[in-house]
Amino acid sequence: MAQFTLKVNGASHQVDVEPDTPILWVLRDHLNLVGTKYGCGIAQCGACTIHLDGTATRACQLQVSMVGNSEITTIEGLSENGEHPVQQAWLEEDVPQCGYCQTGQIMTAVSLLKNNPHPTDEEIEMGMSGNLCRCGTYTRIKKAIKRASNS
Amino acid sequence: MSTFKTKTSRREFIRNVSLGSGGIILSFNWLASCNSTERELMALPNNWYELNGYLKIGENGLATIMSPNPEIGQNVKTSMPMLVAEELDIDWKNVLVEQAPLNVGLFGNWQIAGGSRSIGSSWVPLRQAGATARKMLLMAAASSWSVPIEELTTSNGIITHKASGKSDHYGVFAEKASILEVPEEVELKELADYKIIGHSKKNVDGKNIVTGKPLFGLDIKEEGMLTAMIVHPPAFGKVLKSFDASSVINMPGIKDVFTINTFNDEDARGWSDITAFNEQVVIVGESTWQVMKAKKVLKVVWQNMPKTTIKQAGWGGNATDVSIPTGLESSVDHNKKLNDYSGLPLQTARKDGNPEKAFKEAAKVLERTYTAPFRAHNTMEPMNFFADVTEDRAILSGPVQTPEAAEGSVATRLKMPREKIEVHLSRMGGGFGRRLYGTFVVEAALISQHVKAPIKLVYTREDDMTYGTYRPAYTLKYRAAIDKNNNLTAIHVIGGGIPESPLHENRFPAGAIDNYLAEKWVIPSNITIGAYRAPRSNFNASAEQSFLDELAETLGKDPLEFRLELLKRAQDKPVGERNDYDAKRYAGVLELVKKNAKWGAEDKKDLKRGVAAYYCHQSYVANVVDVRMDGSKPIIDEVFAAVDCGIVVNPDAATNLAEGGTVDGIGTAMYGGLSFVDGMPQQDNFDKYRLIRHHEAPKKVSVDFVKSDIAPTGMGEPPYPPVQAALANAIYSASGKRLYHQPFINELNS
Repeated sequence: MAQFTLKVNGASHQVDVEPDTPILWVLRDHLNLVGTKYGCGIAQCGACTIHLDGTATRACQLQVSMVGNSEITTIEGLSENGEHPVQQAWLEEDVPQCGYCQTGQIMTAVSLLKNNPHPTDEEIEMGMSGNLCRCGTYTRIKKAIKRASNS
Repeated sequence: MSTFKTKTSRREFIRNVSLGSGGIILSFNWLASCNSTERELMALPNNWYELNGYLKIGENGLATIMSPNPEIGQNVKTSMPMLVAEELDIDWKNVLVEQAPLNVGLFGNWQIAGGSRSIGSSWVPLRQAGATARKMLLMAAASSWSVPIEELTTSNGIITHKASGKSDHYGVFAEKASILEVPEEVELKELADYKIIGHSKKNVDGKNIVTGKPLFGLDIKEEGMLTAMIVHPPAFGKVLKSFDASSVINMPGIKDVFTINTFNDEDARGWSDITAFNEQVVIVGESTWQVMKAKKVLKVVWQNMPKTTIKQAGWGGNATDVSIPTGLESSVDHNKKLNDYSGLPLQTARKDGNPEKAFKEAAKVLERTYTAPFRAHNTMEPMNFFADVTEDRAILSGPVQTPEAAEGSVATRLKMPREKIEVHLSRMGGGFGRRLYGTFVVEAALISQHVKAPIKLVYTREDDMTYGTYRPAYTLKYRAAIDKNNNLTAIHVIGGGIPESPLHENRFPAGAIDNYLAEKWVIPSNITIGAYRAPRSNFNASAEQSFLDELAETLGKDPLEFRLELLKRAQDKPVGERNDYDAKRYAGVLELVKKNAKWGAEDKKDLKRGVAAYYCHQSYVANVVDVRMDGSKPIIDEVFAAVDCGIVVNPDAATNLAEGGTVDGIGTAMYGGLSFVDGMPQQDNFDKYRLIRHHEAPKKVSVDFVKSDIAPTGMGEPPYPPVQAALANAIYSASGKRLYHQPFINELNS
């Protein structure tokens, strides 16, 4: 076990965990931030997507010892109360079915729009292809991203 | 208005109501979150007054409605309370929704997410619950104002007496209403008067989902809770021989390593209990990662399963002895058997006319064989459950589609009466049938009992994929007899599978063909199977509707018109005694998709199209799929879906289900599947098991519903099967290549 100081959603947190612990489990088990989801553990599904210094990153592949001073943003830190335009677009389009993958989808979409504020359909499709949705809400996800890009 | 007798007697209803208010102590209800996107509009009341088990009203007029059924993404947590709210006649923005715990005494015996039946089975009782409460509020108002109840009206939660000008909201009368006797008769609104049903309402959990609030089973955390994982045999046909706890017991955070026997030999297993991997090794520790690490290094020795017989009860049936085949099975061998089952006994499931004669006299016979592999459900949230078991009670909480069956299995295994077991439901990260089989609930209960602490059992993705209740491997062989005048004279279908046949012998085109023969066969297996979104239909539609397409081409007919022609026959002069479907509704969705897709008229220059339709779960869906080929890869431009599910309760949510079912159907047809070598699943995570991704989904899904006044029928499953065939037929139009074996990606690339 080792002590790490993490910057998460603008606040500093001390955790005492094994150095190889993925940030996914530090967030979920130790910081009670459960909006970041476990889906596969091998960076194939995108359910655990967070932002590391603003860049979309798979939390299941990021060991706590590798984070250093980087800033972590999770879905809980994206906005105070769901006001982020991407979250609002998700609500307007009523995207979720089961809802499990949607926080990861939103975190990827926010990153996509940051790098490309007005993506084409093809850019959205490719940019979101790392995030699985087993319920098949892809067409609504695309609509929500387009809505957010126009807001 | 129609008058409905409340089904339960007055005495029964009151007993249930009192049970709901005080009989069950909800000691673990943090998951029963109150939500509404507009919740902030009104403060929570100081007091709630329970009018019946489904709803309570606060002194300020706010209503809380219980959603009885498990939510797996089919949106019942929104659409079931809509039924109550409609008849309560309240403004939807003043409604909060709570997920009800298991309580069959109160909510009846269909607290299940299965068979696309939630809305259909609750259509009358939920509206009655709302109407009963409305009447009690009216009775209380009539008494308070000393006016005849007949002179009172309601609108959006306000009671008005026009003659005296008196008007006040429900909250004012809630306390008085709550002590009244439940009326024996209530009137229900007519379709034309609906203000909530048929008007889209957003997901009540929407905001909590997009902000990452704890909603799911994996999000459960309780004081002193430990994390548990199982180590199950790596192959079907293997059992535990020995394990070495010393290899992990000293690792950081590890608390205990032991085995459980999920079921006792002397107890009959229920229909939802899984038969494989009865003895497993369990690792319990402080945190998820610590247990995951220990799981990877634990030394376990496995051995071949000896001859095993278990006692198992079917759906409400008596227990019978079931032998589980020994041996280590492989897909190579399965595939041989799916293609050549000669020598196996065929069972006749249906016979109309004289098919033998028709085939003997046929000028031409079209014969095609279709196959599909095992499939894992792959819910995005892997199996998990919370359990806190002490000597005198068990608290169970998490995602399960069949809470009543799971409770029964736990009661049997722990020898604990059901009254001492509480089952609470979390939102589920997908179900698709996998969570019908709540053996993980029994496992969680046994683990908690052993370690004497609250635990959360977590399956890794690998556990989830390799210890499933898979969609079986299926085959259907279709034969059609065509006479010298180019008339279709007979159809012969043989459905087989490992270890279940996909055949639905009384479905279309049975009923439309004079000479019809349906036969089936099965080969037993020790690989565990279960219901998978639209069981059997999920393959039947693909094969049947692909065959009809090829048959139409052979007969020189338009594929859509050919189906309508057969359906007209089934409607005007049906063949046989028992046909499951309503030919008129079936033709209705084909007519609607024909109109919406401009079938026969549309000329999208580089696109080719295919059509298919299917009936299951009392609903009808037809699809037209437009594709173009990019080499061997189909680019799906648009899918039209025409749906008849009776009255559409929540149109935008139903549209979402149809869109998702379409994408899921295309994913099933095109990609993935589970294969075995020596009993071992060869795919254990999403790097090996291919699921459809965003860029592979159709660019657009256009959904339309048949306008109907029929009571609602299924919606979770029906949009999933037919699109698989519509896609295959479209790909044929675009590429000239007929597809017979799922996943199509292999055939397209070969």
